[in-house]
Amino acid sequence: MRSSLRLRELLNLILVGMLTAIGFASVYTARQNQISSTSLVYAGFFLALFAVAHIGVRAGLPNADPWLLPLAALLSGLGLTEIYRLQPTLARDQSVWIVIGLIGFLGLIFILGDVRRLEPYKYSLATAAVGLLLLTMVAGTTVNGARLWIRIGGVQVQPGEFVKLLLVISLAGYLRENREVLTHGRRRVLGLDIPAARHLGPLALMAGISLGVLAVMNDLGSALLLFGIFLAMIYVATGRHLYTVLGLGTFAAGSLFIYKAIPHVRERFSIWIDPWTHAHSTGYQVVQSVESIADGGIFGTGLGRSLQVIGHGQTIIPAVQTDGIYAAWSDETGLAGAAGLLLIYLLFAYRGFKIATLADDSFSKLLACGLTFSFTLQAFLIVGGITRLIPLTGVTLPFVSYGGSSIVSNFLVLGLLLMISDRAASRRQT
Amino acid sequence: MNRQITTLFRLSAVGIALLITMTAYWQIWAASSLADRRDNARLVYRQLQIKRGLILASDGKTVLAHNRAERRNGLTLYTRRYPYGPLFAHAVGYNTVGDGRTALELAENPYLTASNSDLATVISNLGSTLRGETVTGDNVITSLSKPAQKAARQGLESQGLTGAVVAIEPSTGRVVAMYSSPSFNPNKVDQDFSRLSAKGGAPLLNRATQGLYAPGSTFKVVTATSALNAGYGPQQLNIDAGGHCITVEAHPLCNAGTESFGTIDLKTALTNSVNTYFAQLGQKLGQRRLENTMQKFGFFQLPPFTYPTDEMNPSGIYQNGHMLGTLAPIDVGRVAIGQERLAVTPLQMATVAATVANGGVRMAPRLVDKVVTPGGNTVYMGKPQQVERVMSPQTAAQLTDDMRNVVDEGTGTAANVLGLNVAGKTGTAETGVNGLNTAWFIAFAPAEDPKIAVAVVVEKTPEFGGQVSAPIAAKVIEAYLGHGVAN
Repeated sequence: MRSSLRLRELLNLILVGMLTAIGFASVYTARQNQISSTSLVYAGFFLALFAVAHIGVRAGLPNADPWLLPLAALLSGLGLTEIYRLQPTLARDQSVWIVIGLIGFLGLIFILGDVRRLEPYKYSLATAAVGLLLLTMVAGTTVNGARLWIRIGGVQVQPGEFVKLLLVISLAGYLRENREVLTHGRRRVLGLDIPAARHLGPLALMAGISLGVLAVMNDLGSALLLFGIFLAMIYVATGRHLYTVLGLGTFAAGSLFIYKAIPHVRERFSIWIDPWTHAHSTGYQVVQSVESIADGGIFGTGLGRSLQVIGHGQTIIPAVQTDGIYAAWSDETGLAGAAGLLLIYLLFAYRGFKIATLADDSFSKLLACGLTFSFTLQAFLIVGGITRLIPLTGVTLPFVSYGGSSIVSNFLVLGLLLMISDRAASRRQT
Repeated sequence: MNRQITTLFRLSAVGIALLITMTAYWQIWAASSLADRRDNARLVYRQLQIKRGLILASDGKTVLAHNRAERRNGLTLYTRRYPYGPLFAHAVGYNTVGDGRTALELAENPYLTASNSDLATVISNLGSTLRGETVTGDNVITSLSKPAQKAARQGLESQGLTGAVVAIEPSTGRVVAMYSSPSFNPNKVDQDFSRLSAKGGAPLLNRATQGLYAPGSTFKVVTATSALNAGYGPQQLNIDAGGHCITVEAHPLCNAGTESFGTIDLKTALTNSVNTYFAQLGQKLGQRRLENTMQKFGFFQLPPFTYPTDEMNPSGIYQNGHMLGTLAPIDVGRVAIGQERLAVTPLQMATVAATVANGGVRMAPRLVDKVVTPGGNTVYMGKPQQVERVMSPQTAAQLTDDMRNVVDEGTGTAANVLGLNVAGKTGTAETGVNGLNTAWFIAFAPAEDPKIAVAVVVEKTPEFGGQVSAPIAAKVIEAYLGHGVAN
């Protein structure tokens, strides 16, 4: 059982390594008209990294899900290839972040061992999350109208990525403890069972945090993400649509207020409705993104062969390596590649939710569910934004976008999911 | 909780499906409309990286459009330059990043950017791509004659006239001159576009192919053709033109000046441009026969011309800016003298003259003599293309003789060129504004072996076609033939 699981993981990883090698070779030939060993060195290095992760999983989590690590490797391989194609120097940074992410991943597996050990710290973790947010509010630098970054030494960190992780963990702990009272309220108000105020307090706080993030930090993306995770986890814990309806109602009212009060949000919205009239100013990013996507057609222009960089590292789509990476990928690989990428996310979600259903304690279930949903929702927000399905918000595409905080926090998510799956599978065996 | 987890997974699947649908929408459904958008930076940079082919005059040496290379951000970008500025602005057109392209720059764009699928071009480009060189477009050698074009511009511009000149080689349909006044500087379209498009006089409009004017008496050539095609002999053609005015459709129809003619033949009527004669001839022919001849000459349809369709208009009977079909209710007597709601382009009237000059066979007009790759291989060779026989050679000879008389002793004497037999027909149409006419002259020369057919129109002038337009036609003919037809 255990050797066949790990063998499957290894074979998948080898496949991913080969795909990455082909990707790099393709970008390299587009650039130099020749194949150089550099592209193979990159792919070899990449494969070696995940081989180390594989050995780690083999040793620490022998019964863990065999699909998630290869899927994460595939996503980061695709991302790294596209970043390398856009700007080789950024690809070097991204490789360093992947190394750090994998170190964090292995560290988490070996030091923590079991996710349930996090449960007692639920309030401390929530406090830490709020603290991180406050720190960003005070010490953060504003980029593109949103206050998302703090500088530590020479490195920019995006605390939002970690805040999300911390809140999912603490919310899982809180909901495990209170799901009974939340599901069967004590008082009847207007024919509905409503739990006591002290049980609702933390939930109101959570809603307040997500709206506060929007109001104070102008970060529409993180606010939507936090609120979505919040609603989904309560729904899973209680199975009551009342909370979903209440939550959506609160959200709608809050959004309306914020739409009126915050010009930044209003602008994002008007760009979404009609980017074309602002094609040379505020709508430029969206317009260039959809035009880039359209340029790809069904089979794409080929990796490294679309027009993205117009000399000296200046790109046509602003922030193409973070917000716009899906547009660049769709341009070069077409609908085939874009749909393929999205299906990888769907597969990841499938495995994540599968782990949640297999987990045998409520905390693990809620945690797996929250992590998987946040991962998928984040992909939905950024791809939806860049394709103009919804207003564009600047969240990262998990594992694919350039960015250290995002890469590291997503590897931690991966580690937590694998730990939950390993425990569930081990218990089934015995 | 597993039920809720399944719901969440389904929700995620729906979300991913929506994203794929949206991507497919852009990549399949909206792709073609987005690709041509002016705000599409990919389009702009791709265009700027193409070294477009040269556009040359018919001598193969005079460069009408070339490229200026610029290094920016490590890329070589090419922008278009037009050494002769306004002289060839309408005929050649312009190619800009922001404001599109027109005329030959648009019609020949596949050759000029080497994006056509011609095998020789593909092979030549393959070499460039493999060597990492810029893709260079094919050179387009036009049929335009610099001397004829210059004469057209001088004729109109020196007197500050608004109008157009089209000159065609009758036996081949080659357009040797095409000028529209006022013109504009194609080198500055990018900076000036909004000013030019809003400017009075509409300098961006190519009056030669798009301008619609009442043809006045030049149309009598068409009416005469129709009568001769109908087999009319002296019996039908000797018509009592009456006094100064006659009544047509309950309204008086008069001759220019105070002239009265009595019974006259076709030649006399054409030489003196007798309205009262041609109105009756038109009525005698009837709408069906007259419109049939018009169709043979190319009226009621876009000219068979390799040129952007947006920049051409068909000639015919217009009401409120829309062309009526054949057999719409018309006053055929007034159509026969080039009035009523008849509106024609200078290109159409040049085609009428060229068809008579070519012994009755209408040729398709064309602007491109050949297309040559940068390496010197010819990838396209323009060939004379017959559209249809409009009249018999005998009819054409008779009309030539009559039109000779117009220049010799009739209304068109100002078109006389020393040592050359010019055949022509004047036209003066009232614009409805008192004292302002549309003044026409159509002509070809030499009458015995025509090498050039010309149409000249001048807008809103107090003068007659014989006074203002005929001398311009004479200058164009002289310039073209004087510099040797071999050019």
